Amino acid sequence: MSRPGRELPSLLLSHTARRRQRLTAALGTGFLLTVTSLSALAVFFIFYFIARDAWPFFRLEGAREFFTSMRWYPSAGSAEFGARAILVGSGLVTLGAIVVAVPLGVTAAVCLSDVLPFSVRQVVKPVIEILAAIPSVAYGFFALVVLAPLLQQSGGPILGLMVWIIGAPLAALAILVVVDLATDKLSDRSRSRVRVLAFGVLSAVAVAALAVAGKAASGLVISSGTNALNVSLILGIMALPTVVSVSEDALQAVGRDLREGSYALGATRAETLLRTVIPAASSGILAAVILGVMRAVGETMVVWMASGNAAQIPHPWYNLLEPVRTLTATIAGDMGEADHVTGSARYHVLFAMALCLLVFSFACNTSSEWIIRRARKKAGG
Amino acid sequence: MKTVKTMVAGLVAIGMAAGSALAENANKIVVDGSTTVGPIAKAFAEYYMGSHANVNITVSESGSGNGAKSLLNAACDVATMSRPMKNSEKKAAQDAGILPIETIVAMDGLSAVVHPSNPLANLTIEQIRDIYTGKIKNWKELGGPDQLIVVISRDTNSGTYESFETLVMNKEKMGEKVEYVGSNGAIRQRVMSTPAAIGYVGLAFVDGVKSLTVNGVEATPATVTSKKYPIARPLYMYTNGRPKPGTPLQEFITLYATPDGKKIIEDTGFVPVN
Repeated sequence: MSRPGRELPSLLLSHTARRRQRLTAALGTGFLLTVTSLSALAVFFIFYFIARDAWPFFRLEGAREFFTSMRWYPSAGSAEFGARAILVGSGLVTLGAIVVAVPLGVTAAVCLSDVLPFSVRQVVKPVIEILAAIPSVAYGFFALVVLAPLLQQSGGPILGLMVWIIGAPLAALAILVVVDLATDKLSDRSRSRVRVLAFGVLSAVAVAALAVAGKAASGLVISSGTNALNVSLILGIMALPTVVSVSEDALQAVGRDLREGSYALGATRAETLLRTVIPAASSGILAAVILGVMRAVGETMVVWMASGNAAQIPHPWYNLLEPVRTLTATIAGDMGEADHVTGSARYHVLFAMALCLLVFSFACNTSSEWIIRRARKKAGG
Repeated sequence: MKTVKTMVAGLVAIGMAAGSALAENANKIVVDGSTTVGPIAKAFAEYYMGSHANVNITVSESGSGNGAKSLLNAACDVATMSRPMKNSEKKAAQDAGILPIETIVAMDGLSAVVHPSNPLANLTIEQIRDIYTGKIKNWKELGGPDQLIVVISRDTNSGTYESFETLVMNKEKMGEKVEYVGSNGAIRQRVMSTPAAIGYVGLAFVDGVKSLTVNGVEATPATVTSKKYPIARPLYMYTNGRPKPGTPLQEFITLYATPDGKKIIEDTGFVPVN
């Protein structure tokens, strides 16, 4: 063991002073380590205690009914604990929230980072982030008192309008890309004429298709406004700030050099965005999506208030217009009555559900972590 | 040998005396039992302790059956129950040297409510059951408009659900399309804004919705008290013997008959008795 101090005996501390110094250093490091690892420890403790309380359920009732049966009657005399419909319900509203939040959020992020002028961005981004600060019970109240009656009264026309709002830009984009690709190989002279023709024909087809779809949607009657669609919309809006914020950061991180390189090669702004910036930021955007999913899957208050809480799988399964029940809402709603006194399976089944949620979040988190790390490696190499 | 027996007997006697003293401690009232009656007991306890700072009342909700068990074991002074005590329970009480005295503190009545625009005025209890099991799916089947019925129930956690299950469902399970909400107010809100909805609420929550007659009887405090209205039941508090006049226990158990007590019962969504 050689220390630099050896050569300078005059700088050496006395034996006790050195020991004290070492002790305080160890104490300080230990304290900081404890504080830092506290949050990690909390996660382990939560995992441990939830798993410990979930285990008796699987021992008492077995896992088969829980994952395969759709009959959820925890309070009945002959209690049934089939959670399949509830697992599907959680998945369905999460999927719905992704469909709402991802296209909107990623588009908004691209717009914020590369299209809007800096001054506008400075105003718009904080406004979007305010969405994250609204308490979820306020969202739930809005969903229950405003959105649900609205969907019941004029759900059909609203859906018809949504078909146009979402379908028209998508169709326009698709037609542009298809026409562009199809006519790429043609000679310069005939190209413009064919393009105009193809564009006209495809547009007419698209308008006709949208008109049919819109009319079909307008004819739909929503009997109950507290359904999967309502919750998906609200959860999508709630996940929006996460998706926008994280993917905007990812787009910003791409850096000037790549953008300028692309421009220098003669690419337009659209080409730079679609072919260079977004692919370069794709892992960050994926991470943003996963974080948004976690926000949606864990949300409780909104789904408890506005999803209808009917333990059923809609027919067909993607029918968002029917009420569903989610894991989080079931845990929140059934916790009060389910103590040790009123039947232990009823109590432990909620922990089994919590464990499912935890495992899902853990998987999401790990995969997003893995995606980001892989992307970094790729960018570095 | 004899002395040992005497000692044991003496110890048992002392223990029993201590046990009963514990339960009859004048300034401590332990209430246990039904989750339906729980809110009334809690509101009573709060009210009573507000004016009697030296009295301590604890209220647990472990279910009617557990309330009865607690009373039998002298673990509580008041057992709240949403059903009368069974003969088997009364017999067990007798064997344990406990004399359960029944007090009906309130009536629990549930209104079946629909949207004001619904033309229906009456349903039988069997029809309501069939709606909740999912056998009847469309208002058309009951002579109403051609609309799918939106069936709304309280969450399985609530005393209101428990009452409805006992009084209407007759051991049948609710259908998979039934929606669950967290409060009487939320049911009213949903039914008020949903033309095709049906729900059930405590009698105090029928503003803005249409209360149906059940088996031809209107749900009013009078018909609930007279038991003419079918979705109704009395709520009980049981004590060990008649409490001595002037004790906090006696005052607590008779609170339901005072004007303030009646107000509390109405506020918690039940019907006071006379």
